[in-house]
Amino acid sequence: MMRNRRRTGVRRYLNVMNVAVFLTVLFVLVPLYFMVVSSFKNPNTIGQSLQLWPAQWTVKNYTYVWTASHFGRNILNSLIVSVCSTILVLALGSMAGYALGRLPMRGKLPILMTLLMISVFPVIGVIAPLYVVLRTIGWLNSYQALILPYTAFNLPFAIWILRNYFLGIPREMEETGRIDGASPMRTLVQIIMPQAAPGLFTAAVFCFTACWTEYLMALSFDSNTNMHTIPVAIGSALSTIYTVPYGPYFAASCMAAVPIGILVLVFRKSVVSGLTSGAVKG
Amino acid sequence: MATITLEKVRKVYPNGFEAVHGIDLDVGDGEFMVLVGPSGCGKTTVLRMVAGLEDISDGILKIGDKIVNDLGPKERDIAMVFQNYALYPHMTVGENIGFALKLRKMPKDQIKAKVSEAAHILGLTEWIDRKPGQLSGGQRQRVAMGRAIVREPSVFLMDEPLSNLDAKLRVQMRAEVSRIQRRLDVATLYVTHDQVEAMTMGDRVAVMRSGEIQQVDTPQSLYDRPNNLFVAAFIGSPAMNLYEATLSEGAKVLHLGSQNVELPPSVQASHPKLTSFANQQIVVGLRPEHLPAANGTGGATIEGDVDLVEALGSELLVHFSIDARKVTAEGVEEEEEQLASGGAGVARIDPRASVRPGQRSRFEVDVDRMQFFDPSSGLAIWD
Repeated sequence: MMRNRRRTGVRRYLNVMNVAVFLTVLFVLVPLYFMVVSSFKNPNTIGQSLQLWPAQWTVKNYTYVWTASHFGRNILNSLIVSVCSTILVLALGSMAGYALGRLPMRGKLPILMTLLMISVFPVIGVIAPLYVVLRTIGWLNSYQALILPYTAFNLPFAIWILRNYFLGIPREMEETGRIDGASPMRTLVQIIMPQAAPGLFTAAVFCFTACWTEYLMALSFDSNTNMHTIPVAIGSALSTIYTVPYGPYFAASCMAAVPIGILVLVFRKSVVSGLTSGAVKG
Repeated sequence: MATITLEKVRKVYPNGFEAVHGIDLDVGDGEFMVLVGPSGCGKTTVLRMVAGLEDISDGILKIGDKIVNDLGPKERDIAMVFQNYALYPHMTVGENIGFALKLRKMPKDQIKAKVSEAAHILGLTEWIDRKPGQLSGGQRQRVAMGRAIVREPSVFLMDEPLSNLDAKLRVQMRAEVSRIQRRLDVATLYVTHDQVEAMTMGDRVAVMRSGEIQQVDTPQSLYDRPNNLFVAAFIGSPAMNLYEATLSEGAKVLHLGSQNVELPPSVQASHPKLTSFANQQIVVGLRPEHLPAANGTGGATIEGDVDLVEALGSELLVHFSIDARKVTAEGVEEEEEQLASGGAGVARIDPRASVRPGQRSRFEVDVDRMQFFDPSSGLAIWD
């Protein structure tokens, strides 16, 4: 008779799922780790060998990034564009999500499907016509040249997230508000939105990250050096004709990743909750 | 202070489904009216129409002397307590209770005074700065009541506010809700599916079924003189035992399966119409407490096979079978019907009686408390 032996020690965790998760995590973390440690290596030694731990630590790459390009200005540009887009997305997305989730209206499904289609639309398909429009109205090399397109492209996702979150809030909340005498806007702002905070955080984090890391539109619409965002600065301002400056690349990338990392770490519970809301009836 | 009047109020949904069929109902000033019925009978729809959360398809709704059909919830001066409390989770107890007053732009010191008073009445002073998530179910329900009380409305509406509480807490809160309502003396419409709540709390009870009101009466009258089979089966726990039976000539003897029960003249006197059902099939109802264990003193008895004995401490519930066909009222919970099927009845007897499953036992029949129903219409046979 076969006996089921309980595995002990490390072997307890050796199953297909755990191995797959481990390999995936490794796949993501190893390049990140390499980027971080390499940003502290002597730029001349980076390409020579795969040192996982620098023999000598230096901040040369970081000082080069700050002095060779207007990195402080680039960070400011990215911040302005990302924050403004995020605020617009949250303001418009919450109202649209609420209307689509809660208010009686016709054509909800076609609207939602249209939003879904927009959200998967490739940016490269609209770059050219959008460039012509922005040039015509004189908005090239301006903040609004990025803020408005970023808002447009991130709005559908935010609406979906927020709509699903609003659907999970009991209707009695709004009904109580109505009975208490709250107007629809007051109900949304004072009663519904505070309860949808995790959904708002999720939408905010995703939108901010998308705007912070966007390259194509930023390169196309804000080509002036003063208006470069971080991704464009890394790709152009730091580059030279003869060499590939990995050290400064890694340093700039680390600095760019820090705000996103902090954002996600701080709001990670809200992000998970916001993504999974409505999945289970509770 | 106000009354609630519904005149031929109907609710028809856009898909054509008629949830409420032209009901008439009056709730007096300060009266505690309970609307009871099985799930899906339309009681919550009625409540929501009174609240202004559902449109009224037809009929007239008055609060006091004012017709309020076209007024929103805010203009109707009502307060409502929901089944799941509907407390604002991001606000403290004090903020929840005072929110409506804040919307009315009442001065802060007045709001604070009213909130403190309401919290004191409900025993919530200690928790006034806590959030709903930190409270127990009973406390949350009291906060919901506090939110309603503080508005000093003309009318209270309550939608199964005790359903989410455990059994013991429900008993405590029943008394508390009744006490608060009596103190405030405001017309109250209370919806529940629990007939024990209905009977213990209401000044009057309206029994609903499939969008229609079956009977409106005091709890005791509903219990003693149900208008029809549905009310008879719905009110009372355990439910009334209902059997098919035949009446002899002159309605002097009731043939219950293979057993006969003699009906004294007092029965014919209290049910003059009964004689018109002589030699016909009727439905007879006996409440469990009107079937005590026979003690050999004479009087009408029936015999049954004991299937199960439930000892409750204060009494025994004896589940027995006789060979008469059991009748179940349409619309009473399906589960209750299944459990009660197969000719099984329930008797409530003294806890010291010696009754065991598998035995054949004799039960006295309190013939003067028997109920009789016309099997075709379901209506009670009185006069």
